[in-house]
Amino acid sequence: MSLEISQGTPVEISEERALTDSRRQMVLNMGPQHPSTHGVLRVILTMEGETIVGCDPVLGYLHRGVEKLGETHRYSQFVPWTDRTDYVAAPSNNLGYILAVERLCGIEAPERATYWRMIMGELARLASHLVWLGTHALDIGALSMSLYCFRERELILDIFETFCGARLTTNMMEMGGFSRPIPDNLPGMVRDFCNIFPEKQVEYESLLSANPIWLSRTRGVGVIEPDAAISMSLTGACLRGSGINYDVRKATPYLYYDRMDFEVPLGTRGDVYDRYLVRMEEMRQSISIIEQCLDQMPTDGPLSLTESPYVIPPHDSVMKTAEDMQRHFIWVIKGFSPPKGEVYQAIEHSKGELGYYVVSDGTPIPYRVRLRTPDFVNLQSLPYMAQGAALADVVALIGTIDIVLGSVDR
Amino acid sequence: MDANLLSSYIFAVVVLNVLLGLMAYMTYLERKLMAAMQDRVGPNRTGPVGLLQPIADGIKLLVKEDIIPKHADRRIFLLAPLLSFVLAPVAAAVIPFGDSITVFGHEVNLYVADINVAALYFLAIGSMGVYGIILGGYASANRYSLLGGLRSAAQVISYEIILGLSLVGVFILSGSLSLVEIVNQQSETLHLGPLQLPNWFILSQPLAFVIFLIAAVAETNRAPFDLPEAETELIGGFHTEYSGFRFSFFFLAEYISMIVISLFGATIFLGGTDGPIRDGVWWLALKAFIFLFFYIWLRTTVPRFRYDQLMGLAWKVLLPLVLINILLTGFIRLWGLGML
Repeated sequence: MSLEISQGTPVEISEERALTDSRRQMVLNMGPQHPSTHGVLRVILTMEGETIVGCDPVLGYLHRGVEKLGETHRYSQFVPWTDRTDYVAAPSNNLGYILAVERLCGIEAPERATYWRMIMGELARLASHLVWLGTHALDIGALSMSLYCFRERELILDIFETFCGARLTTNMMEMGGFSRPIPDNLPGMVRDFCNIFPEKQVEYESLLSANPIWLSRTRGVGVIEPDAAISMSLTGACLRGSGINYDVRKATPYLYYDRMDFEVPLGTRGDVYDRYLVRMEEMRQSISIIEQCLDQMPTDGPLSLTESPYVIPPHDSVMKTAEDMQRHFIWVIKGFSPPKGEVYQAIEHSKGELGYYVVSDGTPIPYRVRLRTPDFVNLQSLPYMAQGAALADVVALIGTIDIVLGSVDR
Repeated sequence: MDANLLSSYIFAVVVLNVLLGLMAYMTYLERKLMAAMQDRVGPNRTGPVGLLQPIADGIKLLVKEDIIPKHADRRIFLLAPLLSFVLAPVAAAVIPFGDSITVFGHEVNLYVADINVAALYFLAIGSMGVYGIILGGYASANRYSLLGGLRSAAQVISYEIILGLSLVGVFILSGSLSLVEIVNQQSETLHLGPLQLPNWFILSQPLAFVIFLIAAVAETNRAPFDLPEAETELIGGFHTEYSGFRFSFFFLAEYISMIVISLFGATIFLGGTDGPIRDGVWWLALKAFIFLFFYIWLRTTVPRFRYDQLMGLAWKVLLPLVLINILLTGFIRLWGLGML
């Protein structure tokens, strides 16, 4: 048997001129292993030269079935799993879930604990924004920024470590408040951070805000029209960068945000630079909120609702009284059963509206746990923004959406 | 054998080895300086204050596996890094490191060759080095590498023109393309009233110097013009598929190019070996170090350009400026000679 090698048909000139656009295009597979996709995001880019004509994000490389895990674990057992969705701002995730379950049970944490929850939530926002700023600038080529940002983030992680012993996956929020005491030096550490950080932020801005290269890379790039932002249901800085005033902290205040005096920064043009400015201003507002919390907070008072059946009894009384020991045993072994019902609790996460939808059927295990993660929703603006952009812009666009793949894929 | 030729050969070997040694410690210097600017320590484990780090890196890269992709154009893939690496130090042949010295009764010139078109030779060799990058990018059979190679080709064509034209002003003033001649002219002293200034071309050609500086950064593919490798977009660009020592050849070439173009800039604009006291090679080294420091400083500070902005900068901003500079210099020269 002989193999016949077919001769290639010669392309005639007229035919060559008639080549369709698709034959001049190149498909570039960006990711899932790529330094600038912030995790295992895969983007299939169709390009003509360096211009993007098609952009198709592919998700799911980090899917761990977090929602299903929520339906197979007891209410309190799911808290560590929320850490692992958006792992750069773990306390915020804890907070959203705990608030949802607390609302389901109809309990509310004591005042002091609530203030500390707000402080930790805002610190998580700062930690997340610092990661965003560092990696976003690194993607655009300013490689020192990431080191400066992580230097300051270290201070926040030190506060987390002092507070709960963990730095990244903190698992710090608990039903009904905090069962552990607040360390004596913690308010001082937070104050110190609030004093140090503003001048460091001026340092970042002096490197970027007026830098002509930074401006040329971000101004007019990735513009999201306000209508489009609403129709894609974007939240967070992606929405506010386009000039739409929606912040969960103002729209439906939770914790004590109605007592706080802060502003919601808004962009005007909806480009990458505006979103950068919005997030930078948000960091300033967060510092102000933390300072207000420290000022308003009662210095003494209970940290936990010790009497509630939904809350783990305090360690001291477990060791001393038989009732609390039994209650503790049941709480740990069997868990607690919230009344039947469903609740949707949204909080303003560093990336946008983070919502937890929890359905209880009266058993210790939730019937349904649904996470509305902000970056999953925000990511759908990538093909919209990438249309007609250059390849180098795509990394800037991924950076500006501020995604964490653990949270996108869940 | 001709004694003169022999001494040139020996000096060439010396220059080559010094360059290779400097290059190794250039990586160390860059890492330490960047670390200082970025608030961290930098290499400090290998030897005292990390001084053996370049050697450790070299050994590591030597024993790494040399992977050749299955679909790569094998011969070109193997050749490309060598091309870059060999051409980088060759350009140093025309740099004058000082006047002649006497060694064992022989007079040895402190330059390898004094050719009358030395500057042109330098530019020609410099632009040939980019073939390594383009061929490497093309032969890798990787789309990121291909894009890196394409960017490199476009960038070098644009900035080679700027680099060459920025020197024209100096050539008009000196009336020579020989680097030895240019250095000799700069060692004269200018008397401006009470001021006594060295006749360095940075003083008479400040605009050309700034443009040269920008074009030199682009020419050596350094940040913020490091588009061909752009690790955050192209994952290393042209050298994505390279590994082991072949990979390091590209880096060695880049660092040697940096040193050589710094020496070249110091020679053309800053008077080369000329200094306030005791002229000598140490002044040249100091001036080149200033250039290198600037390179590293730039890398830690500014973001990267986008491809179209890079081209826009070259053709819309730098080219008109450099042409105006040539025009003005030409008129002033003619006026100075009384021909206008």
